[in-house]
Order: sequence, then C-alpha cells, then structure tokens
Amino acid sequence: MTSKLTADGLSAWYGPKKAIEDISLAFEEHAATAIIGPSGCGKSTLIRCLNRMHETLPKTRVEGKVLLDGEDVYEQDAVAVRRRIGMVFQKANPFPTMSVYDNVAAGLRLNGTRDRKVLDRAVKGSLVKAALWDEVKDSLGKPGVGLSGGQQQRLCIARALAVEPEVLLMDEPCSALDPIATAKIEDLIFDLKKEYTVVIVTHNMQQAARVSDSTAFLYLGRLIEVGGTRELFEHPREELTEKYITGRFG
Amino acid sequence: MMGLTVLCLGVALVPLGSILYSVAVQGGSVINVDFFTQTQPAPCSPNPITTCTQGGIGQALVGTLLLLSLSCLIAIPLGILTGIYLAEYGKGPLVHGVRFFADVMTGLPSIVFGMFVYAAFLIVFPGRVFSALAGVLALALLVLPFVARTTEESLRLVPNGLREAALALGLPKYKVTGRIVLSSARDGVVTGAILAMGRVGGETAPLIMTAFGNIYMSTRLDQPIGAMSLLIFYNAASPYANWNALAWGAALILALMMLGLSIAVRILLRRRFRERRIGA
Amino acid sequence: MAFPFRRGARGARRNPTGSTWGDTLFHLGSGAAAIVLLALLGLIVLVLSLDAAQSIGVFGFGFLGNRIWDPNTDQFGALPFIYGTLVTSAIGLLLGVPVSLGIAIFLAELAPASIRAPLTYVVELLAAIPSVVYGLWGIFVLVPAMANVVDPALQSVLGFLPIFQGPVYGYGLLSAGVILAIMIIPTVAAISRDALLAVPQSQREAALSLGATRWESTRMGVLRYARSGIFGAIILGLGRAFGETIAVTMVIGNANEISGSLFAPGNTLSSVLASNIREAFGLQASALIELALVLFLVTLVINAFARIMVWRVFGERGEAVS
Repeated sequence: MTSKLTADGLSAWYGPKKAIEDISLAFEEHAATAIIGPSGCGKSTLIRCLNRMHETLPKTRVEGKVLLDGEDVYEQDAVAVRRRIGMVFQKANPFPTMSVYDNVAAGLRLNGTRDRKVLDRAVKGSLVKAALWDEVKDSLGKPGVGLSGGQQQRLCIARALAVEPEVLLMDEPCSALDPIATAKIEDLIFDLKKEYTVVIVTHNMQQAARVSDSTAFLYLGRLIEVGGTRELFEHPREELTEKYITGRFG
Repeated sequence: MMGLTVLCLGVALVPLGSILYSVAVQGGSVINVDFFTQTQPAPCSPNPITTCTQGGIGQALVGTLLLLSLSCLIAIPLGILTGIYLAEYGKGPLVHGVRFFADVMTGLPSIVFGMFVYAAFLIVFPGRVFSALAGVLALALLVLPFVARTTEESLRLVPNGLREAALALGLPKYKVTGRIVLSSARDGVVTGAILAMGRVGGETAPLIMTAFGNIYMSTRLDQPIGAMSLLIFYNAASPYANWNALAWGAALILALMMLGLSIAVRILLRRRFRERRIGA
Repeated sequence: MAFPFRRGARGARRNPTGSTWGDTLFHLGSGAAAIVLLALLGLIVLVLSLDAAQSIGVFGFGFLGNRIWDPNTDQFGALPFIYGTLVTSAIGLLLGVPVSLGIAIFLAELAPASIRAPLTYVVELLAAIPSVVYGLWGIFVLVPAMANVVDPALQSVLGFLPIFQGPVYGYGLLSAGVILAIMIIPTVAAISRDALLAVPQSQREAALSLGATRWESTRMGVLRYARSGIFGAIILGLGRAFGETIAVTMVIGNANEISGSLFAPGNTLSSVLASNIREAFGLQASALIELALVLFLVTLVINAFARIMVWRVFGERGEAVS
C-alpha cells in the first residue's frame, strides 16, 4: 500500500518547549489512522504539523519533513498544502455571519469560484458526504450557528470536504458532543475513509478501536508504538502502551 | 453616606437637565423650513422699528455635512487598516508604540490638530490656510486614531477558532483577515466608525483656524466654509438676538443628529443575525 | 483562481500564511497606515516648531515666564495663559473630582442594581454633549447665574479673601472652572466607577466582617484598593481639563493678563488660541503657534502618564486586572 502522507523525523516546539520529538509515521490512503495518548502527549501538535497549522502560532518551530505523495509539504506553498489536507477542529467553528450554504461554499467561493451551478453541486455533494444533507436541505439559508452541536460539527466537515482535499485531519472531533452525535460522526468516518485518508486524534480509546485501521500511541512527545488497531489493542508490544490501554494512567 | 453620594449625582444632573431643557426650548422656537434653507441674516436685535429676519443655518448645515463626509472618507478606511494591522499583523515594540500613541492621541485637545494643519498650511499652502480642505484634514486627524483603536478592539473579540478554520481551508491570510475576520467583527467596526462621526460632528476648535467659517453658502474646498459648530460658537457670543436664536437652533439640530447616531449604534449592537436567503 | 499568482517554494517555509501578492500588499498597506500614525506625532512637533521658530527666536525661554501679551507692542509671554490654565483646571478638579467620586461610589457600591445601568447611561450623556453647546448654555444660563447669584454670594461671605474680591462680570476664571468641573465629571466618574468595580468582593466582605459600617468598609476595603485606578481617573480628568477649549473660551472673558481675583476674566493656553488665531499674523501668529506647541507637549505628557496609570490597573486592553 502506498503511504499517502508520511511524517519523517518530525519535531516541533512552542517557544523553548519541545512538544513532539523525532516522529516518523505513515498514514495509509483510504484508511483511518488514530493517534492516541494522554493529555499533553503532543497529539494535537503532531496533527497540526501535518497541514502546517502549527506554525501559524507565534514563536513556534518545526523540523523534519511531512511527505504528501512523496513531496515535502514544507517545501511547498502552505496555503496550497492546506487545500489538499483539510482539518476539522475539536470545537465546531462555523463562520457565524454565514448561512449553512455559505459556510460550506466558503472555501470555494473565497478562492474564486463564482459559478452558481458549480457551488450548488459542491455544497450538496459535501453535505451528503457529511451525512447532513437530509437534515438541512430545506434550511440552507439559515445561519450556520443555529444548528445543534453535532450538526455544526458535520457542517464543518462538509465545509472541509467542499474544497476536495485528499487528506482529512480530525482533532478530537467528538469530544464536545453527546454520544448520539458522536455515533453519527463515527459512522461518517467509516464512509469517509473509503474516499479520503483520515487521521483522527482522540483521547477515547474505544473510539479509536471502533473507527481506525491503524493506531499510533504517543507519550510525552514521542511515538511509542504504531500498528494495526486490532493488534495494538489486543497485543501491544510496548509496556507503556499496555499500561495506557489498560488504564493505568490517563 | 448614601445621601451625600446622591447629592453628588444631583449636582451632575442639574446642569444636564438645564442644558437639555434650554436647547429644546430655545432651539425649538426657531425651527422652521426657513431655518434649514436660509443663510445668515443681517444682524438685528428686537426693536420697535423693524422686525428681525430669522434667517437660517443652511450654509452651516451644508458645511458640516461636507466636512464630515470628506474627513470620514479619508480617515475611516485608514483607521480600519491601522486597526487591522494592530490586531492581526503587528508584532513587537512597533505595535505597542502605535497602540500607545493612538490612545494618547485620542486624548489630546482637538485644537492642537487644528493648529497643526494651520501651521502646516502656512508653510505649504499659504494662500489657502482658511479653507474647507484644511478643515477636512484637521477632522481626519481626529478621527484616525479613534477608529484605529475601536477597529482593533472589535477584531480582537473575534475568536481565534474562526481564523484557524479559515486558514485550514487553504485561504491566504489576507483573505482570512479581510473576508472572514472583518465580516465577523463588522458590527463593532461600524459602531466605531459611527461613534467617530458623532464625535467629529460637534467639533469646533480645530475648525476655527482651518475651515474658518462662512456666512455664505459655499462648497469649494479652497475657500472657507461654514459649519454648525462654528456657527454656534460665533453666534452665541454675538450681541444680536436673531443670531443668538440661530445658535440655539443649531445646537438643537446638532443634538438631534448625535441622538440619531447614538440610536443607530444601539440598533446595530442589538441586531439579530439576519437570515440570508438562498436555495440549492 | 489565485494559484497562478503564488510564488513558488522558495519562500514557502518562511511563509506559513501564504505568500501571494495579496498578502504582501495587505501586510505592507496596514503597516504603512500604522506608521502614518506614529509619523504624525513627530510631524506635529516638527511643523509647530517650524512656525514657532520666529517667536522662539525672539523671546527664547523667557517666553514662558513673561506675563505681558500685547500685540500692539509685539511683546508676547505665555505666563497669563499658563496661569489661566492652572487656575481653571484646579477649580475644575477641586469641584469636579469629589462630585465624580461621589457618583462613582454611588453607582458602584450603593445604588440598587435596577437603576445602575440607566443612571450610568445618563451620566455618560454629559460626555456626549459637544463642548460648544456647553459654551452656549454657559453664556446664557451659567454666566448670568454666576454674575447675579453665586459670585455676589461668595463675595459677601468670603470677600476678605483676595481671590473673591474685585468686580463681578460673570465671565471669568471661576465660571470657566465651574464649566470644566461639569465637563470632567463623566470621565472621572466612569473610570473611578470601573476602578471600584474591579475591587474583588472579598475586600468588601473582609472589611464588613470586621464590623465596619458601610462607609468604613468602602473607605478601607474598596477605596484604598482602587487608589491607583482613581488616581489615573483624576489624571485623565486633568488632561481633559487642560485641553478643553471651546466651552472655556466662551465663558472666560478673553483677557490676556493675570489677576488675583477668580472673578476676573482671563484666558487659558487653548482659549487664547481660539480667540486670537483668526486675526493674528506675523510675530503674534508665531507666538500663538508656540503656545500651541507648549499645549501639545504638556497634554501629551499628562495623557501619556494617565494612560500608563490606567493600563497598570486595567491591563493594556482595558480589562481589569486585580
């Protein structure tokens, strides 16, 4: 299998503090990879380095490579990279002054797409993929922030999908949602990974076990173990991994 | 102690009430159609021989509108741009310096800006020292730091999550700032602009040595121009009753304009999100 | 699409937010706007100094100590106006600050919650009235009241003091001081109120639990804590008083000399400018511009000092820090 996205010797700093150290990790195409670990282990930092969001914060630094289809994203234009690697955040953040339709169309529109038909198609397609179409198809003009928490998150997923990325990064997308909304999004990921490369950061191990094909375990900024999800959870190789999975530390 | 503090409150409210009352009553007595369409009348006090013409403030009304609109046209976009810099782009000591001086400038006496433009024109345009253009520039200088700070404050209120979401969609920073952040902060920015206009509408001191005042109707930029605040200033101090009356009327109109702006601001602040209508 | 305009990989690593011409333009453009602001302050000093050069050359530093201002003999000194500014501001503060503090205490501590907001709004209304309207009211309401009631009363009771002696016109330093007092109330009251509100509730409770009365708990627990914020408010009020021009001009009587009586007419640094600049030329104009320079520098320093004080209490963005 080809690795769509690969981190190669990736380290990142917040000011003087090193958040992740020398991480090398491959993310397979048409699969979901989960990144788990206790709070503060660097999961979010890692994922934000993949689409060059980490460096938008002041006083940050990144070393190492991130290869998308074999080419280092740090040698390319960051904005172009982010078109190809989309992101969904922990807290749903639809644009408050825009309707549902405008939110989904935002990425396309602001990059110059004007054709109404193209936009309509893209909006409908993304909302269908995000499993939100049926719920909003009669109220596309309503404000994006008027939806429920779970719906808003799926709206953000649709918004990210509308620009047709190849990879979708999800940073604890369900941590602010109730179990029913969470279940809907987990089902969604099952469908999404057929078409995209999905990387999901989660502190919920059951979630990782449910939706991902591979899992990587991080601890204090280092990659401890990575492997097929089933094997990692049933037969972890590292003692640290086993301790985390069995709940000896959180 | 409650009594003492209430007394203090009363001491402040008495002049407030007196001012509002005088403006309403004295000003109200002179308002009619002529008041808006006529210009400065011949000076006259009540006497048994002739009746005084009331005249009007037409030239001052036009002058204020012209000065206000031109100065805001210059200073509001510049101020918004500066505010964007302070909130989104600035790093390091430069930002702190600009912010500090913008704050300090908003507290300076407005006459200083008028004197500056006057002194500058003495050097550069000695023939046009008293002109509408000078007045426009002096007012623009007043508005600029004010709008810069209010814009910055409004932009700061936009949560960072929105900027991140927009960046993650693959939008360049200038579009994130210009299209997403600015439109989220729209209400605050517009409020700041309206407040600035309100402040400037009542300004007198910077206009004395720039716009100078004019009893005739004029809209030329290279000639002196009237303004409502100037009219009040000169007519109040004059010994002629019909001129005094015009001053009160102008004060009433000025107060109503301020009230109108203040109401507009409140409506904006309370505005509910309007539904956009589209279908797909 | 914007892609054709992007620069290539060279700048990529150092440009996390995109390296289009749009970004550079925006960044530079907004930065330029910011620099304009800074440059402006320097420009103001420069231009005023240039035009004041003639006067500075003729009078030197003695300008500040000279009490004669006479266009007929081309003799100009700033002392009468420094005197006028100091006296009117002092009266304004003496009358205005206690009233403002009283209002602030009332609004922050004593007023029932339901009327706090509307009353605060009403006090702020005082700040919304343009200076020229204050002046208008001053001429037709305040000055007659002072001339017919207040000044004679003061003279009859306190006439043994030189400051309350001499002829009463209504227009004069005292009336200007009174109007200044009214005009600084909204500023000083609002910031003092914020300073009082920033005091944590635990301070009041601590004082009350020691058995203090309402006034004592306010004084010990709250006022002391809010001291620097209130001090900053007073300084800001002083800055406002120093710079207030139009209302003062309209009631101060426009006399360019120093007198021992508060009832006498006078002029402040800003009112002399307002009254004389239109007809001035030559050396007088230069002297007036020199006065403007003095006014600018003095109010700049006061305002900078006040802002620093307020920032220390409230933090750079204006939120309270305890």
